[in-house]
Amino acid sequence: YINIYSGHTNNWAVLVCTSRFWFNYRHVANTLSVYRSVKRLGIPDSHIVLMLADDMACNHRNPKPATVFSHKNMELNVYGDDVEVDYRGYEVTVENFLRILTGRLPPSTPRSKRLLSDDRSNILIYLTGHGGNGFLKFQDSEEISNVELADAFEQMWQKRRYNELLFIIDTCQGASMYERFYSPNLMALASSQVGEDSLSHQPDLAIGVHLMDRYTFYLLEFLEDIHPASKTNMNDLFKVCPKSQCVSTPGHRTDLFLRDPGSVLITDFFGSVRKVELTMETINLTDPIEQLESGELQKEMHTYADQLPVSEIIHQKPKQKDWHPPDGFILGLWTLILLVFFQTYGVKHLKHIF
Amino acid sequence: AMAEQKFRVRARALVCVFVCVVMCGCGRDDFQEELVIRPLHSGDIYTSFQFRTLWETDFTRENKVSHYRLFPKSLGQVISKFSVRELHISFTQGYWRTMQWGQPYLPSPPGAELWVWFQDSLTDVDGTWKELTNVLSGIFCASLNFIDSTNTVQPSASFKPLGIGNVTDHRFLRYATLPREIVCTENLTPWKKLLPCGSKAGLAVLLKSEKLFHSSFHSQAVHIRPVCKDDQCKTTSWELRQTLNVVFDLHNSGQGKNEWSLFKMFSRTLTEACPVASSSKIYIDITDNSQGEQFELSPATPLLSQAVVLGDRRTFSVYDLTQQITFGTMRSLNLLIRGKSSDMLRPLLHAERYVAGYGLQTGEIHTLMYNNHPYRSFPVLLLDSVPWYLRLYIHTLTVTSKGKDNKPSYIHYQPSKDRVRPHLLEMLVQLPPNSVTEVTLQFERALLKWTEYTPDPNHGFYVGSSVISSLVPSIVAMDTNNSRERPLFSSFFPSKEESSYFVRVYTEPLLVNLPTPDFSMPYNVICLTCTVVAVGYGSLYNLLTRSFQIEEPSPGLAKRIANIIRKMRGVPPL
Repeated sequence: YINIYSGHTNNWAVLVCTSRFWFNYRHVANTLSVYRSVKRLGIPDSHIVLMLADDMACNHRNPKPATVFSHKNMELNVYGDDVEVDYRGYEVTVENFLRILTGRLPPSTPRSKRLLSDDRSNILIYLTGHGGNGFLKFQDSEEISNVELADAFEQMWQKRRYNELLFIIDTCQGASMYERFYSPNLMALASSQVGEDSLSHQPDLAIGVHLMDRYTFYLLEFLEDIHPASKTNMNDLFKVCPKSQCVSTPGHRTDLFLRDPGSVLITDFFGSVRKVELTMETINLTDPIEQLESGELQKEMHTYADQLPVSEIIHQKPKQKDWHPPDGFILGLWTLILLVFFQTYGVKHLKHIF
Repeated sequence: AMAEQKFRVRARALVCVFVCVVMCGCGRDDFQEELVIRPLHSGDIYTSFQFRTLWETDFTRENKVSHYRLFPKSLGQVISKFSVRELHISFTQGYWRTMQWGQPYLPSPPGAELWVWFQDSLTDVDGTWKELTNVLSGIFCASLNFIDSTNTVQPSASFKPLGIGNVTDHRFLRYATLPREIVCTENLTPWKKLLPCGSKAGLAVLLKSEKLFHSSFHSQAVHIRPVCKDDQCKTTSWELRQTLNVVFDLHNSGQGKNEWSLFKMFSRTLTEACPVASSSKIYIDITDNSQGEQFELSPATPLLSQAVVLGDRRTFSVYDLTQQITFGTMRSLNLLIRGKSSDMLRPLLHAERYVAGYGLQTGEIHTLMYNNHPYRSFPVLLLDSVPWYLRLYIHTLTVTSKGKDNKPSYIHYQPSKDRVRPHLLEMLVQLPPNSVTEVTLQFERALLKWTEYTPDPNHGFYVGSSVISSLVPSIVAMDTNNSRERPLFSSFFPSKEESSYFVRVYTEPLLVNLPTPDFSMPYNVICLTCTVVAVGYGSLYNLLTRSFQIEEPSPGLAKRIANIIRKMRGVPPL
């Protein structure tokens, strides 16, 4: 019995750009182009966790503010008009990324910043930035290693946080990041093998930086042909960006995946399942809580506060500070003084005190 | 198609009214939208959007509110869950140049600013503040979760509540600012979603991010406060104001031509008012243009309105979008303003701030406050919140006006605590007429722990803007009846007396460099490795291979000559 249906009921996407500074414009453009495709194919903003380590669109060096282009001559603005970035700037750290994956976030974290997946979720994880053999650099100050990533996915598996997971990484030596995976139902794609660099695609002379990386550029071209009902499968995705276009050799890993890649649809990960259930029964809505008119009339007349009551401020009594017990330093100092005193003059003097 | 669209709009409006009549039990809510356009004398143009929702309901009751119509549910739940009495949050990109542009209708500092008055029934204000900032960071897609005790202060005299209420105990006030916060489309998107019509109808269709962020100044804010429902002020209603101020630059957006139109500024024109709005108006400031000598306005409108705002009586041309006739035969309104505005009055109060000094050890903060009134002096309240890593020396604080010492009549200083609390300094200073008051304060820079540096520490660290609150003498009598129907832009700050109006001025934020260690890994590794190799291996090699030999001291000059002669003779030397 070969399972060809994925059996998932909802889709999530975690899209991370880990590079800071203006010359890493292309990494933000990479992430935003995947974001755009994923939104277009149906995953709503509430199911996408978008992490951008720096702001390129409203960067002061951007000659066209509020835009991020993926094609030169400004053909395609991947930033769009209704983007919602969940983690931005200094919030994009290894710790936050691992907390999102494993679900261990502080209790006051808002819903839009959480990955609320369950055991029937298909998750797409896309990482881009600067990387090396076995690590991915976050914001030029810290790294995540392939072992940490594999362990995070194992935690997700044990907590039943995913049904199937597609991991795409576009960095130099990207294939090293999926070498250590050991949890079931993981499929991984990388833009280059160990020892190879992922190259950028084309610079735009008006903006002054490289706009996209090659692998994601051809990935975006491939995804633009996909629509929510298309039947293209993963084998086509593996053929994206051959060595002639990409200069590096893209790699993939499917041994941990239980289904055959030929039967996995692109829309299983990039699109969104919407289960619509038709019913003929009537559903009773609860009545809205009645707002009773307040019986007692407010006797006092309310007034606006005085914005700068000069006389009141001048005669303001200083706040009574709460008494705090003496700090550790003072206590230690007094203990030292007493100790020295009694050591010098002998313990027998204690009896004069008690 | 046009007739059908009109029918659809009318049907929608009718349905709304019908629904409202049926659900009479719920409080009445009201939505107004307004746009004010003011051409500035430098050729730039200042536009200010205000969207106000008034709702007569009680969020603080035991039974939660369940039916939301025009008021956004996300904000209503925030108010009731966190016992909020007043909430003011603003996101600004750019700095307001008071000398070139005059006073703004709604001031805001660069970056993000959040100040909240909590209800006096709340017991744990700090815990609620932390949760509130996290929730707001999710609503507005901003990193407000970086607001914690190291950048929150509790002002003791500034930031009195702008809404009605009796209690002004400053224990329930919290103020925080994030000068580094970036504003971009991801903040505008959820802000637009809070509007009843979204960005689909009414004035909000003009809010396109590509044009809004290509400007000299962009500020969007949300203000929630309780206001008087009517003149008697016995009952209150909740007011939600969403404001957006933009200043378009003459050369960037205007291509150097003194000709502005709605299409040029926003790349859109208006086709209808928001169907659920009770009033939808555009005001153009034509005070110096009564005969059309400065600039020309088209299409012409017969409606005129006068309002007292910022201490001056201004005249406005009004376009009422709820009247179909405003849109003319083309069913779209594209205002055209051709020409330049006249010189504006010098603002009575403005301020500057900068850091003086050299090196990475010490420095001095200078704040300059200018009083440009020829004969009146007025008091200002200066609020400074400085992060703990700039160690302020309060004994070096000097306040001088016109060269003489000017003693503040009220000073409140709360010292900082490393990694816990910032400095808070509040002073009430009387500014003499036509003078510059300078406040100087010396500080020392701290060396942070290496994990506390941001990923780009060489950019520097920001110090938030100082806030200067003041009652400035006004030219005309201010309107003290705060419940009367007034245009939204003139009714934000409540006036208590006729001879002065309240104004808040923000200074520039400061960018200071802290002593930054060298984070470059190869440099450190090479130094360490070479040192170890040189010291360890070098001394070991010497110990193993060095051998000592006794050597005769070199002979004197005579002996050396004798040795040379003896060598020539073939005889052994001496």
